[in-house]
Amino acid sequence: MIEITSKCTGCSRCVPVCPFGAIHVADKKAVVGEACTLCGACVQVCALEAIEISRPEASADLSAWKGLWVFVETAPVLKPGKGGHLEITDAKTLKPVTHELLSAGRKLADELGQELCAVLVGDQVEGFVDELASYGADKVYLVQDEALKDYNTDLYAMVVIGLIAKHKPNIVLYPATYVGRDLAPRIAAEIHAGLTADCTGLSIKDGLLLQTRPAFGGNIMADILCPNMRPQMATVRPNVLRKDEPQPLKKAALVRETPKIDKNVARVKTLEKRITAVHGEKKIDQANVIVSGGRGVKTKDKFKVLEELADLLGGAVGASRAAVDMGLKPKTQQVGQSGTTVMPRLYLACGISGAIQHIVGMRASDVIVAINKDPNAPIFSVAKYAIVGDLHDILPRLAAGLKEKKK
Amino acid sequence: MRTVVCVKQVPDTTEVKVDPQTGTLIRAGVPSILNPYDHFAVEWALKLKARHGGEVTVLTMGPPQAKAVLQLALALGCDRAMLLSDRAFAGSDTWATSYALARAVKKIGKFDLILCGQQAIDGDTAQVGPGVAQSLHIPQITFCDSIEVEGRKAKVQRHIDDGYEIVEAKLPVLCTMSLPHAHPLPWPSFPKVAQARSKVLEVWTAADIGAEPEKIGLKGSPTQVHKVYPPPLRAKGTVFTGSASEMASKLLDILRQENFIKP
Repeated sequence: MIEITSKCTGCSRCVPVCPFGAIHVADKKAVVGEACTLCGACVQVCALEAIEISRPEASADLSAWKGLWVFVETAPVLKPGKGGHLEITDAKTLKPVTHELLSAGRKLADELGQELCAVLVGDQVEGFVDELASYGADKVYLVQDEALKDYNTDLYAMVVIGLIAKHKPNIVLYPATYVGRDLAPRIAAEIHAGLTADCTGLSIKDGLLLQTRPAFGGNIMADILCPNMRPQMATVRPNVLRKDEPQPLKKAALVRETPKIDKNVARVKTLEKRITAVHGEKKIDQANVIVSGGRGVKTKDKFKVLEELADLLGGAVGASRAAVDMGLKPKTQQVGQSGTTVMPRLYLACGISGAIQHIVGMRASDVIVAINKDPNAPIFSVAKYAIVGDLHDILPRLAAGLKEKKK
Repeated sequence: MRTVVCVKQVPDTTEVKVDPQTGTLIRAGVPSILNPYDHFAVEWALKLKARHGGEVTVLTMGPPQAKAVLQLALALGCDRAMLLSDRAFAGSDTWATSYALARAVKKIGKFDLILCGQQAIDGDTAQVGPGVAQSLHIPQITFCDSIEVEGRKAKVQRHIDDGYEIVEAKLPVLCTMSLPHAHPLPWPSFPKVAQARSKVLEVWTAADIGAEPEKIGLKGSPTQVHKVYPPPLRAKGTVFTGSASEMASKLLDILRQENFIKP
């Protein structure tokens, strides 16, 4: 229910911001028509707090909420620019986490016997529809507008809230990225939906979404349910869930949604974006092999042999928080709870003692090899191969051995 | 400038140890601290107050002992403090917490800026800041490094993938603060701690903030914790010891065996 209270003076600020053109002013008072989806865009701009939205409690009829949605995050393609830094280009790509969410979502949707839908918001993004289908989407809700070219909290929240109100999904998954973690709680607050942050596991329990996440800095795991409200929403940590092989022939139904977008709804404006990632420093989040160093590496100079090894193995160089705090590596390379969670095929931990915050960020790796002087280092508790010894003596010999083989 | 800082008292999770036998948390002796991200937010609120004048109100929700973090914030230079404390808030998830904090901010009165830490180190959700912003219908800027205020506008540097962006918004706005690595957080001197005792520290109940009973506590929380358990352990690996050259050739064997290099 939406109600215009007696505080309304008919100032008409809410009229242009309504994405559905549902508001007009008559007799100095706003009037809301049937096109209203309760998206709340008008409430945001009303200076007099004259608009009140009361939402029906979802618990009234939970079965009316159907389908599993994945919010699709696109990212700009980067190219090498001046001074070794990367630059943003106009081209966009799907973030790899989208593939992971769709792959996991496919299995959950099958178990529930419901549709898997991708929510694709942006400008000129229609080209991604087939890619979303190939990772399992049955349906793609597409909202395109020039104003949606780059992520903006207010605009994207308004669009997604409108879609949710209209189509009533059972579950909505978002990536636990800067974008997803900015957007999802805003939506949850508005529609009084449950939201579980930064999940590392999803399954179905008695028809409900069972959301698994670490808490207390990774020291414990918690399973969360949202029994009485809909949709059930979660942000999901990238690089934790496995993506499936794409099925290039699979097609998805395309549903175009055309809400009217008023740029003025966006109250935060981006003035400039700067990429600090350096060209040549291989990113850890998608690397197959990570050679990672900790406090035990000691100096920047001594990281060079790790870099050499990473090169020889076709991988990237990672670092523990201690190594980043010591200034040995930039924060972009940090693995762990406060850095990046990684899931390479090989994680070679050198001189990393293995604080729990580090371990939660790498324990999903296929093969973990750890080198440490201390035979009791906690890192060994997750290592398939534990090498007790001094990395400064071992690594140069390993690098020499690998180079010898390459000849 | 009227600033409200939302803070949380948390167990120092870096001090939490896990019992290696049972895999359960050892909480005994773990100190309660001001969430470091919130501590940074308090530092920023005071920095802006030093530049632009005004008043800083610090707000938390928690049990009576959460007063400790408010007293720290007052000693650091905040002007007044509010503790939301009521059994009716028990079991609040991020939704119900956001709602209660937003109600309290409304009761505090007019504000230009709300600062929060980006997340608390116990739950790590990063959801309460945006939740408060939406409940108050004001814009939000998350994962911020720094804030400049010019007139009625805030210019903020925030994190994005692979870098950062500079954004601008009219006040009022809510910013959630990130925490730079190895940043030394400010601590008050003893005289300041003593002086802070005379500052206003009010305790508000659910009724004081006019909270609707069905929107707070367990009832207002869409999410429920089903189960808590220690993280699964990996199967014990193989340990190798020996000379550096033995270890290097062992590593080559392993890489070969696991197909990372050709045989």
